[in-house]
Amino acid sequence: MTWSSGVWSATACAIMPSDQVFALIDCNSFYASCERVFRPDLAKTPIVVLSNNDGCVIARSYDAKPYVKMGEPYFQAKEKLRRHGIVAFSSNYALYGDMSERVMSLIEAMVPASEVYSIDECFADLTGVTGDLTQLGRDIRAKVLRCTGIPVGVGIARTKTLSKLANHTAKRLQQVTGGVVDITRPFERDWVLRNTEVKEVWGIGRKMTVHLESMGIKTAMDLARADPRMLRDKFSVVVEKTARELAGTPCLELDEPDPPKQEICCSRMFGKRLSEVTPIKQAVATYAGRAAEKLRAQGSVCKRIRVSIRTGMFNPNELHHAKGALVELPYPTNDTLLLTRAATEAVARIFEAGYRYSKAEVLLLDLRQPGEFTDDLFAASQPAASDRLMSTLDQINGRYGRGTVTAGSVPRTPDWGMRREMMSQSYTTRIDQLWKVSSR
Amino acid sequence: MTITILGRPTGGPASLPIYSFRVPAGFPSPAADHLERHISLDELFGLRAPHVYLVQVDGDSMQGAGIFSGDLLIVDRSNEAEHGDIVIAAINAEPVCKRLHRRNGVVILQSENPAYPPRHIMEGDDLVIWGVVRYSVRDHAQ
Repeated sequence: MTWSSGVWSATACAIMPSDQVFALIDCNSFYASCERVFRPDLAKTPIVVLSNNDGCVIARSYDAKPYVKMGEPYFQAKEKLRRHGIVAFSSNYALYGDMSERVMSLIEAMVPASEVYSIDECFADLTGVTGDLTQLGRDIRAKVLRCTGIPVGVGIARTKTLSKLANHTAKRLQQVTGGVVDITRPFERDWVLRNTEVKEVWGIGRKMTVHLESMGIKTAMDLARADPRMLRDKFSVVVEKTARELAGTPCLELDEPDPPKQEICCSRMFGKRLSEVTPIKQAVATYAGRAAEKLRAQGSVCKRIRVSIRTGMFNPNELHHAKGALVELPYPTNDTLLLTRAATEAVARIFEAGYRYSKAEVLLLDLRQPGEFTDDLFAASQPAASDRLMSTLDQINGRYGRGTVTAGSVPRTPDWGMRREMMSQSYTTRIDQLWKVSSR
Repeated sequence: MTITILGRPTGGPASLPIYSFRVPAGFPSPAADHLERHISLDELFGLRAPHVYLVQVDGDSMQGAGIFSGDLLIVDRSNEAEHGDIVIAAINAEPVCKRLHRRNGVVILQSENPAYPPRHIMEGDDLVIWGVVRYSVRDHAQ
């Protein structure tokens, strides 16, 4: 029973003997926890982590949650943070990525099969595991905490959706549960279903919550007991499956592959406003290089590229302006150099002096797999030399770090680069930024 | 020229030996059958293991144990520290590198340099053992 090519098959949810067991393991306040690993002095200090360019709050430690909202703009929260002694960090993805890999590989070694779901959570298939599942959850928790310093919560249940719910309960009732909740048995499962609001269910968004509540579906239990066919007709087959999963019938398996992306985007705010064409070209070349990397990572080529630049859109004292251009490429390609050239030429066409630009976007369109299109006899295709150059480029950057080799138009340390003024060291990924420990 | 099928490459970080010589068209190399894996310090130190970390030491209090200022330490977090281990610890939130003495309910962080007195852990002290030092690396050109 798999979910192939991104389409839910309506009949896939037959009655299943529910001997399957899933666990969802997720890290508590992951980014903040990572920052604390190498800063024992911050063990009891509330922490927030900021988005790119130090824009807004994207992660909070538990003790910071009462004071700061998710998504709060940093410039607004600054004074409040200072007042409550909350320390802010710029996001350090090199650190979070490395710590995530450590956590995931420790978990992987302790369970029959696992699927990394995001940077801070993974599903495990515990089907067939004998013995005390709660104890296994505690062991995972203890091992990950000892080996990485990152606290995790574990939810165990008969379906993925229920394991999410169990995990949510483990977190909500941390004191009682010790961070591990097993609801494989109907008694515990029903308690959790009755005591969880429908908005907390995996995949049920805010809009749908309003709709469901207006129909009297207020708890997870209400959703589990709703008529699946009605849910499919009124909402979608996804909601139907969610309800079936809540009722204990597994509809989701481990490792359901995502279909390859149909378009790839790289867009970022500049660290400061730009009014000259040269730095904007550099930024666009940088983004084009990153987008091309993503394109090759999924093994695709693209036939068109769209480049757009814009000014800030909210400041009433600035002129607002946005413009984009679509470029048709000579042949389907994933060549960084060709894409960079096309993108920077597009900038030259759309740039107009007199504006203070704040953001650029590179969008790769018309994506396909190399074998998917048929060359007509005279159509040009990407030269084999480009393929070899790109695979060498990716190997070097894979080995020595992203950005080791780039197109010449990409500057090393641009002054328009991301603002990350409060970034911690890359303790685990840079030999020149290791944790220094005193022996005095 | 002969071709040997090595089998399917397996997943994971296992490193395969790399032929540093070209396959000769005439006489086969007598060394070909004796090919072994390359020596890897990463493997020796377990550097790729999820519970191993690199830390740089700053200070001379562990000289007696052969750990000098600026040395790199390979720190293992997978096991509980035992009596006699050199540890990275946080004492009242300050990270230090010391030898752990733990006997009969007495816990002491000891230096390996007479200039530094032992630090007895008292009631009210907050001691967290971060990891155990397994190896140290020194640059002798400095």
